[in-house]
Amino acid sequence: MSEHIVPVRIYVTIFLVLLIGTLLTVWAAFQDFPWQLNTIVALTIAITKATFVVLYFMHVRYSTRLIWVILAAALFWMGILFALTFSDYWTRDWISIGY
Amino acid sequence: MASHATTAPETHGHPALQHHFENMEQQREAGTLGMWVFLVTEIMFFGGMFLAYTLYRSMYPAAFASASNHLDITLGTVNTIVLIFSSFTMAMAVYFTQTGKHRPQVLCLIMTLVLGLTFLGIKAKEYSDKYHDHLIPGRLIPGNPYNPVVAEHGDTDPHKLHLLEGATKEKVEMFYWIYFAMTGMHALHMIIGAGLLTYLIIFSLKLRFDPEYHSPVEVIGLYWHFVDIVWIFLFPLLYLLGRHLEHG
Repeated sequence: MSEHIVPVRIYVTIFLVLLIGTLLTVWAAFQDFPWQLNTIVALTIAITKATFVVLYFMHVRYSTRLIWVILAAALFWMGILFALTFSDYWTRDWISIGY
Repeated sequence: MASHATTAPETHGHPALQHHFENMEQQREAGTLGMWVFLVTEIMFFGGMFLAYTLYRSMYPAAFASASNHLDITLGTVNTIVLIFSSFTMAMAVYFTQTGKHRPQVLCLIMTLVLGLTFLGIKAKEYSDKYHDHLIPGRLIPGNPYNPVVAEHGDTDPHKLHLLEGATKEKVEMFYWIYFAMTGMHALHMIIGAGLLTYLIIFSLKLRFDPEYHSPVEVIGLYWHFVDIVWIFLFPLLYLLGRHLEHG
């Protein structure tokens, strides 16, 4: 079997990282950061937590290239979903078409 | 095919090896790949709802912050920790299956199931609180339609809706449509996951999984972690977005 078995030590570390991330995001939510920083901080923590889950709990770090491609394709297409939709909504009031 | 039944399989036949695979490793990799392709469709599915959330939040920022502040942050945080813990026990269940330790494997699966059900129980409590505060959107719920009591300035009753400047009851209703759609779909995935875990527990008690054959534990684990990731995003986006404005 060429399968990689992730050691328990790594699982425990990731679990602790996720716990700390959760407490950190709750703490950060009550701080009044300037501009849109509250949202940016919350999303950064969420993306970091999700990345750890994907790489270690879901074994992607040790998986074949094909799995990486599948995951990258999913994220790329979600990027298209957001980019095209918001290129419409955010630019609707840039021009007036006379009605 | 009588001759096939009498001759031994060509490969070093594990009873779980299907005839169209060369060996267990190829079978396992095909299963994992299939699960990932399914998870791509799930990312697209939840992506659409995250898009709707982003759009309406950018249109009604004050209403979204006000509505979010009405959610119970303690229950939300506890549930996040419960779900992360369940992801950890799920990962450990995969580990113990890979290393052939049967008792801890069953134990981890049972713990994952119990934690998943705990999450759903806490979620049910939150939904019930929203029902009593008249925050279920639309007219779907007989006898208790959407009609929250708006708090006056200085009133700190947590059951009333505290509107920030620019928020209205109607715009808050939009938040609750999205809240119930997203957490509802997430809870449905948890219920399906609990069913899958029950299957895993029954079949692991029957000693069906071993280091050679553990694909079901592995791919249901992938599904469970995915549902956890959805919550990792839902929690800050739904519960935490307006907390810094609460006492402003």
